[in-house]
Amino acid sequence: MTISLKPRPAPAPVSAQSHAPILAAEQLSYTYPGRGYDPVHALERISLAVAPREFVCVVGPSGCGKSTLLRLLAALLHPTAGQVLFEGQPLLEPRHRIGFVFQKANLMPWRTVLANVQLPLELQGLPQAPARQRAQELIDLVGLAGFEHARPRGLSGGMEQRVAIARALVHNPDVLLLDEPFGALDALTRERMGAELLRIWQARTKTVVMVTHSIPEALLLADRVLVLSPRPGRVRLALEVPLPRPRHRDMEYSPEFAALARQVRETIEAA
Amino acid sequence: MAALPLARPRWPVPIAPETDVSRGSCFMATLESQSKYPAPPRRAAPRPGWRRLAAGAAVPLSLLAGLAAWEAIVRLNQLPAFMLPGPVVVWRRLLEVLAGGWLLWHAGITLGEILGGLALGVAGATLVGYGVSKSPALDHVLTPYIVASQAVPIVAIAPLLVLWFGVGLRSKVLICALIVFFPVLINTVVGLRSVEPDLRDMLRTLRATRRQTFAKLEVPAALPVWLGGLRVGATLAVIGAVVGEFVGADRGLGFLINFGRGQYDTALVLVASGALVAIALALYGLVAACERVLLAWRA
Ligand SMILES: Nc1ncnc2c1ncn2[C@@H]1O[C@H](COP(=O)(O)OP(=O)(O)OP(=O)(O)O)[C@@H](O)[C@H]1O
Ligand SMILES: [Mg+2]
Repeated sequence: MTISLKPRPAPAPVSAQSHAPILAAEQLSYTYPGRGYDPVHALERISLAVAPREFVCVVGPSGCGKSTLLRLLAALLHPTAGQVLFEGQPLLEPRHRIGFVFQKANLMPWRTVLANVQLPLELQGLPQAPARQRAQELIDLVGLAGFEHARPRGLSGGMEQRVAIARALVHNPDVLLLDEPFGALDALTRERMGAELLRIWQARTKTVVMVTHSIPEALLLADRVLVLSPRPGRVRLALEVPLPRPRHRDMEYSPEFAALARQVRETIEAA
Repeated sequence: MAALPLARPRWPVPIAPETDVSRGSCFMATLESQSKYPAPPRRAAPRPGWRRLAAGAAVPLSLLAGLAAWEAIVRLNQLPAFMLPGPVVVWRRLLEVLAGGWLLWHAGITLGEILGGLALGVAGATLVGYGVSKSPALDHVLTPYIVASQAVPIVAIAPLLVLWFGVGLRSKVLICALIVFFPVLINTVVGLRSVEPDLRDMLRTLRATRRQTFAKLEVPAALPVWLGGLRVGATLAVIGAVVGEFVGADRGLGFLINFGRGQYDTALVLVASGALVAIALALYGLVAACERVLLAWRA
């Protein structure tokens, strides 16, 4: 297995690419088999398509199946019905090209920050020196220079989450799936992290699917916001966010933004 | 003591590894390893000079007081040496058997049995524990046997093992291995089961192979609990060797104790017992040192 350390070549012109989704769910259903209780129909025939380089946010009431959807898109779970397509091919197992950031940072406490970030490269058998250099670049990117040799224990929640993002990016996946990556953070840190994520996304042109609880966060970050219905989850609203980029926090106070936020909130509440 | 939150009820709560030898508490388990918050500093804050001196002198002083009390009891009651020899007599006997070379020879035999049994028991328990933690079927099949084997007291099966495997090294190694097996097995299983499922999933998204998952996740994650089992196993192995030698042997410290008793040479019994204690302490210290090195990340 080889991996390229340089950013991938820019994708073909928009006209040639934008129609073929990089990641798609077709009539996806998932039921958790109940052990001693009734089975839980988490998702029922949900379909969606994500274009290359698109930033999609998924919002919805708690327990509607957002995490389940993301796990299915990463092939961490296998759908009970339907299928996930990655570049048009059925996705049957996790791929290097699909990176995942869990709700909690999920760092290995016995590894330093550097060693945690290096892990994906290590697993792919990259020699130590380039792996280290590459991990260092990502640590710089997420603003943790100087903490390379700290252990996760010595980090704040926000710093841990940034390590997790650096780790998900280090082997240069094309798609990034994020499950409420800022869920555990306070509002201010959260905003800063969102801005950082946006910067990373723009610098590296990834495709991003991110689950969030925050409507403003979704609108500030995403090209498109998917609103799921309560369980079993389906796409109730797919909202294009027409706000220009680069976006900044002050847009939150524009009437246009308020109208979008209201539309999303009303869709969620109309259960 | 709070139960390990991740332990399955099938297995008894293990001896947790978080024990702080430096403070002399052996079996007070804490769960600080499970928490992501920084642990309180391990070493006590520096104390004023004279207090540190007093703390350093406490152990030798108490030892000295104990020896004095021992000598006093012997003298006041005018106990004959076969009942209870005084410390001076025991010390002389120690020098004698050391000079004769045979204390070390017998101790070497026993140490060999202990190390052999420890190696065998730990290896077997770790392998079986890995299998049990991976396969619910194996867990089901083996659990009754494992628990039953543990319910039979070792002194009851030791004679059988000596009968089957002879009075030599083999039966002693087996008895040691048997007694070591259980704690190490339990701690292996609990350690492996305590591996966070999310970390496993994280490795799956990175397409880690089974071997990589084992080496980079399971081993380091289970190590603290496993080492706790090893620590208990190391001291139990000493008991195993002595039990084996008591049942039937013509060498080893257990044999020496038996022999001394037969001769009413109580000083020899005490010398040999002291040697056993020394071996147990050394093994315990060795495991503790391993923990300090291997688990330095938790400090
Ligand atoms: N491992 C599981 N076993 C059984 N049921 C589960 C499991 N995981 C989730 N569920 C159920 O599936 C449903 C969807 O769960 P999921 O975690 O996908 O929701 P979510 O939208 O991510 O919720 P939240 O916003 O609270 O994180 C929930 O009702 C939950 O009860
Ligand atoms: Mg969730």
